[in-house]
Amino acid sequence: MDRLGVTLGLGAGALVVAGLWMGLVQAPPDAVQGEVQRIMYLHVPSILTAYLAFTVVLVSSIGYLVRGTRGWDRLAHASAEVGVVFTAITLFTGAIWGKPTWGVWWTWDARLTGTAVLFMVYLGYLMLRSVVEDQDRAGRYAAVVGILGFFDMIFTHMAVEWFRTLHQPSSLQRGTIDTALKLPLNVNLLAFVVLYAYFLARRLRLAALDEAVEARDLGE
Amino acid sequence: MNFLALAAEILRKDLRIEARSREGLNTLLFFSALLVFLFRFALGPTEAQVRQGAPGLLWFAFILTGLWGMARAFQIERENDCLEALRLVPGDLGGVYLGKVVGGCCVMVATELAIVVMFGLFFHLDLWPAGGRLVPVLILGTVGFVAIGTLFAAITAHLKAREVLLPLLLLPLVIPVLLPASRLTELVLAGESLGAEPHWLRLLLVFDLVFLVLGYLTFPFVMED
Amino acid sequence: MVHSGTSVVGVSVRGLGKAFRGTWALRGVDLDLAPGETLVLFGPNGSGKTTLLKILATLVRPTRGSGVVSGADLVRARDQIRHRVEILSHGSALYEELSPRENLSFAAAIRGDRPAEGAVAAALERVGLGEVADERVRTLSSGMKRRITLARLLLRRVDLWLLDEPYTNLDREATKVLEAALQEHQERGGMAVIATHNFLDGFKLATRLAILARGRLILDEPRGTMTLPVFQELYALRTEGGGR
Repeated sequence: MDRLGVTLGLGAGALVVAGLWMGLVQAPPDAVQGEVQRIMYLHVPSILTAYLAFTVVLVSSIGYLVRGTRGWDRLAHASAEVGVVFTAITLFTGAIWGKPTWGVWWTWDARLTGTAVLFMVYLGYLMLRSVVEDQDRAGRYAAVVGILGFFDMIFTHMAVEWFRTLHQPSSLQRGTIDTALKLPLNVNLLAFVVLYAYFLARRLRLAALDEAVEARDLGE
Repeated sequence: MNFLALAAEILRKDLRIEARSREGLNTLLFFSALLVFLFRFALGPTEAQVRQGAPGLLWFAFILTGLWGMARAFQIERENDCLEALRLVPGDLGGVYLGKVVGGCCVMVATELAIVVMFGLFFHLDLWPAGGRLVPVLILGTVGFVAIGTLFAAITAHLKAREVLLPLLLLPLVIPVLLPASRLTELVLAGESLGAEPHWLRLLLVFDLVFLVLGYLTFPFVMED
Repeated sequence: MVHSGTSVVGVSVRGLGKAFRGTWALRGVDLDLAPGETLVLFGPNGSGKTTLLKILATLVRPTRGSGVVSGADLVRARDQIRHRVEILSHGSALYEELSPRENLSFAAAIRGDRPAEGAVAAALERVGLGEVADERVRTLSSGMKRRITLARLLLRRVDLWLLDEPYTNLDREATKVLEAALQEHQERGGMAVIATHNFLDGFKLATRLAILARGRLILDEPRGTMTLPVFQELYALRTEGGGR
């Protein structure tokens, strides 16, 4: 295992442990929602990290279209994969949060809906990649989806937010976060970002090895 | 070659083919009549239910027919490998995109108007309060749909899985079109002016502009190789 | 490579290769073509003939190698090459709902060409389609459709013709038109690369002969004093068991 991978892995591991302890054990329970609210320490960082991942997809997609070098494409692909995973975590933790809080596994809350759409968009991105035979074409087509998907998410969030507020008062009260909760939240956020970086590094390495094998098979 | 001139050539060619085609407009109209019947039976005996859901149902119908229309835009090019000739055009391929988008919008808006009239006829929808205000809503919504749809149709045109991939990729992305468009349609059918909820209008306008530009910029990369 | 007699500049490619997922369709191809030369390319199915033609037409980007076609770089000056090259592919690139005249006009228009008054009609006449010039392509036979693509070729003055199996669906008369046109093209200093299975006709037209097998150019020589039977023998030997 390469040095960067090891460092990131250890760092992520340490931060995740610290974050989980702070969030799930140390931090005080929420005055209104009780223990369930602790899910926020996973839910919020994971969606923020997903946004980070998809921003990386945007940048590397543009990079690939403009420059055409494999590195950009591998970065876009890897980041999209990790981003989809984090989005799935967000949805999953959102459902877990929802059940005891509102009694339902799913609500059409603006944020959750937007996240579900985000999941579908980038899942589509990955599906497109898997279906196109030629690697260069796959990368180019995916890059287009990656770019459009990013801007689309901005519009979707706005549209869904307005849609909800017009029909029903917002059910998710975000209020101001008590300082006692801010630190664990930030630690968990950092943990997730480092975890993202770790997964990304591993995935990139795998992709590079894959391509090397293919190149060798071709008899380069 | 100037991209506007190229767009005009493509548009002219496509409209001409559309006018002569055995499929195309006729089939779209038949399909939309079919949808009217389906909605009627699926939604139950009371017309009130349909009328209440009309804005959403209309856009649902538009999107369904639109999916098919988008796929067709490049299927005609696939036949006989016409796409190859387009790819060899020296200069700005964005012109091909623009031509396809305008052509697609023309066909779609014509179909949408027919669907609206059919809805009005069969569900006794009162279209008079809406008047001419419905048309800009149709156009704005359609442009957004076609801007992305044309691009994705080009991407999926050569793939075996295109029939499932095109909707899969396109539908999540057109949610920011569906929401404002159906909301604005609701307003207009209730007799209100478009300015009653200006944020929706603005969202649609900006969306259309952004995605037309993005489509124009990325289309040449899709056509490459 | 500039020929002093004409204004046409030649074709020169080195180490051309194209890989599709997992295999090389074309590998290490070196080719030189001087103005006035017609290279006829033979080879089994799947040997890479179409890929080579498409690369020269700038339809496909090579994975490896470089080249110059008519003075323009194969990778960096594709637009310039497109002005000077015409390809006749397997697919006809015809719109079934349009007439031959409309198809030809469209093809010219999207290139930014404005054909001279009556040029389209003249081209269609020449290939014997004068009478059906305004019928929908859908109503025409495949032989006639093939002739439309020939007319499209004749509509332009270009440096390089790339013909992929041009004899398919072409009857004797149309073949004669093709050969006459090719001769005029050669006399103007034009070059051609023709991929074909038709040994009889193809051999006749060639000033150079080439064989492509498994993506590699295993023969590339001036026709010289070679006779057809000898060449066919050579072809059979060289491409037996997958081309060695």
